[in-house]
Amino acid sequence: MSDLAIETHALRRVFGALVAVDGLDLAVRRGEVLGLLGPNGSGKTTTIRMLTGLLQPSAGTATVAGIDITRDPEGVRRRIGYMCQRFGLYDDLTVEENLRFYAELYGLRGAAGAARREQVLEEGGLASRRRQLAGTLSGGWKQRLALACAIAHEPALVFLDEPTAGVDPASRRAFWQRIGALAALGTTIVVTTHYMDEAERCARLVLLARGRLIAEGPPDGIPARFGAATLEDVFVDLQAAEAT
Amino acid sequence: MGLLERLRASTVWPMMWKEFLQLRRDRLTLGILLGIPAVQLMLFGYAIQTEVRHLPTVVLDEARSGESRALIAALFNTGNFDHAGDVTDRAEIARRIGRGDARAAIVVPADYTRNLKRGRPALAQVIVDAADPLASSAAISAATMAGNARAMELVRRRGAPGLPIEVRVRPWYNPTLRSSVYIVPGIIGVLLTMTMVIITAMAVVRERERGTLEQLVVTPISRLGIMLGKLVPFLGIGLVQISVILLLGRVLFAIPIRGSLVVLYGVGLFFIAASLGVGLLVSTAVRTQGQAMQLGFFYMLPNILLSGFMFPREAMPAPAQWLGALLPLTYFLEVLRGVLLKGVGLEALWPQALALVAFSAVTLTVSVRRFHKTIE
Repeated sequence: MSDLAIETHALRRVFGALVAVDGLDLAVRRGEVLGLLGPNGSGKTTTIRMLTGLLQPSAGTATVAGIDITRDPEGVRRRIGYMCQRFGLYDDLTVEENLRFYAELYGLRGAAGAARREQVLEEGGLASRRRQLAGTLSGGWKQRLALACAIAHEPALVFLDEPTAGVDPASRRAFWQRIGALAALGTTIVVTTHYMDEAERCARLVLLARGRLIAEGPPDGIPARFGAATLEDVFVDLQAAEAT
Repeated sequence: MGLLERLRASTVWPMMWKEFLQLRRDRLTLGILLGIPAVQLMLFGYAIQTEVRHLPTVVLDEARSGESRALIAALFNTGNFDHAGDVTDRAEIARRIGRGDARAAIVVPADYTRNLKRGRPALAQVIVDAADPLASSAAISAATMAGNARAMELVRRRGAPGLPIEVRVRPWYNPTLRSSVYIVPGIIGVLLTMTMVIITAMAVVRERERGTLEQLVVTPISRLGIMLGKLVPFLGIGLVQISVILLLGRVLFAIPIRGSLVVLYGVGLFFIAASLGVGLLVSTAVRTQGQAMQLGFFYMLPNILLSGFMFPREAMPAPAQWLGALLPLTYFLEVLRGVLLKGVGLEALWPQALALVAFSAVTLTVSVRRFHKTIE
């Protein structure tokens, strides 16, 4: 396997007349925290959905963890974790039941599975809430649970689609500490976000607009390239350009 | 590896476990699923019972004798007819039944007493508005029986040869008659169709609507795992529903169970599977729970009308019969009535059983094929 966790060539996806992702070339190193940044409709979610096998690319190729996503989507699924934009877990199951369900789908069963679930609950600070129904959790706790379910099987890659939308600042900080810890262990992280302080925590950023990659590089290098003072200024300018 | 171990190692097992947990917590759905059989049986069952009794009946007594009055009294004593006045000619009978304020008429001709005295067959007539076959069938058999009983009594008293009275029944408007016992076993099939198709379709679509499907399909769960995991709990519910109706039908309406329950449940399992397959097909064709509900009800209509549940298929035009032959319910109704009422087994019902096996295989295969692990 190469050093790249994700590699795409001319990846493209159309919905009818709309080109959502247009010729995307992406290379993500193993253990990297990559931030996908861009206004709404720039193709961030569509990109993540193609890489996780939720959408078929219209053209182009992509490998995730060394596996071609169109040839062996199941192979990809076994190696990745995913947190979708909306809370995707079961409101009418408890914290523990949700975690157990997802862990078992990845084959984490028996005594080893139980031990791993316990570890994930502890690390996520969820142990005290284990018997609470997921639907009654607040935003921050739901997000912790979703992350726990996405990483229980120790995936090589984790995709996070706007993971901190609607989450309070303290929970966001705790969440990014967990992300940092995962990356330190060698997990590749791809995350979309609207928060500039979060974008600045990524090792590398990819800016998308109208389905195209318009800039990439470490967060501190990007503003200068657009002649802007801060990352936020770049983002606001992009959004204004979209509106015209 | 045994079947159970293979099942436990597959992704079907956690899916089934999850579905059971959710079903157990969803008290409303569970209540509806288990309550519907009882409510439907009461509705159908008691509606039938009250309809067959107390038909408003007019009397045309042209004989005006003690004998004719005795016969009329015997007919009223069956409890199926209520005296709704006397009339003086046949035209008035037609008017009153046509208007609907009488549902039956008893006619005793002028020669009734004379014929009876001379030992000739004495004829009386009962006219029944058979537009509603459920209401009329019991009334007709009651009238015939009352006439025969009265005749036997006269035979015993006088020692006359042969039955001296013949009550002839004229079912108007609908010559093909069906008894109420025929309807109740059918409720099992109709109810299973309704709950299995609509509830499964909604259970799958609900995951799509709530966004939980998106999270689920990025896992290595197999398509079969998702589908089977959804089905198995409902298979159990279906068997419970059959049992509830059988039990209540037996206790409340004395529905006979003449054949083998093993055959009934065995074939029933395939019928449930076929209905679940249809429900899954519906779920792959719609996007919202509302659409699933609508399509489900759309599917119900031909099932109620064309399967032979309410109207005999033999009396239908050929295209309606062909359509009916495409519905699993048509075959299951024949099995239900065959086992419960006629007491026959697989030696007679194997074509229907085979048809249901084929239906379940086809609908399940097609729906699993149509289900994709993408969110398009």
